[in-house]
Amino acid sequence: MAELIAKSPCDGLLPVEIGGVTLREVDLGHLTALAPHRGKEKSFAEAMKAAHGLTLPKPGRATGKDGKRLIWFGRAHVLLAGPAPAARLLSHAAVTDQSDAWAALRIEGEGVEDVLARLVPIDLRQQVFKRGHTARTQLQHMNVSITRLGDDAFMILGFRSMATTLVHELETAMSGVAARRAG
Amino acid sequence: MRLTCPQCGERDRREFYYVGDAVALERPAPDAGDEAWEAYVHLRDNPAGETRDLWYHEAGCGAWLVVTRNTVTHAVLDVVLASDVKGGGA
Repeated sequence: MAELIAKSPCDGLLPVEIGGVTLREVDLGHLTALAPHRGKEKSFAEAMKAAHGLTLPKPGRATGKDGKRLIWFGRAHVLLAGPAPAARLLSHAAVTDQSDAWAALRIEGEGVEDVLARLVPIDLRQQVFKRGHTARTQLQHMNVSITRLGDDAFMILGFRSMATTLVHELETAMSGVAARRAG
Repeated sequence: MRLTCPQCGERDRREFYYVGDAVALERPAPDAGDEAWEAYVHLRDNPAGETRDLWYHEAGCGAWLVVTRNTVTHAVLDVVLASDVKGGGA
């Protein structure tokens, strides 16, 4: 049988560091989309709390921490990043394994907001987009999920099939911002 | 043009896809007759003034929205989740 070698979505592209901003790929573990069945939103939230100790986030928010996070991922669904979903969740929600579908990036450093401002049409500045805030929006023409992890750190999830473009766009913006700062 | 998605907040037009008149929320009964069905499928008003459209927040939360806007002033008057509107199902 052929020996298959697993490659991460950004294999060979990352990490990069330009002008104090670093972009690296992160392995989030299992990625699972969970959409509670109609009328089971409450029991789903309780089951999630009991099974994984995670609070169901409101729209635009993420709960948990590195290694175990629950990210609002669109209307009536959330993304569980880290652990494999507990079996008890199956009776409350539609559960879809998306582990191999997303490229996960962490971008951080002073000036990271300026980099993202070149690419993303929403306001990601600290005063309006705080730690634990998340958004589904666009990065150039790609649909992405963006979550603030810290004062100068964001997590970006993009489609795996567009990983190379995603990295290219971010690198270009990082270079542009670095050149501006140097001037 | 900017639309205020009930879930995501104010977002740029580029995140949304226009899906036509909100008449799709008023689907006639299967036995409503040819006239009702012809009107539902083919006949649309083209008002200078208030319209009620369906928009899809494709580059955001993925919700279908019912947007009330004025085609003369370009004012956006109301945005609600289609799932919260009678006939919106979801």
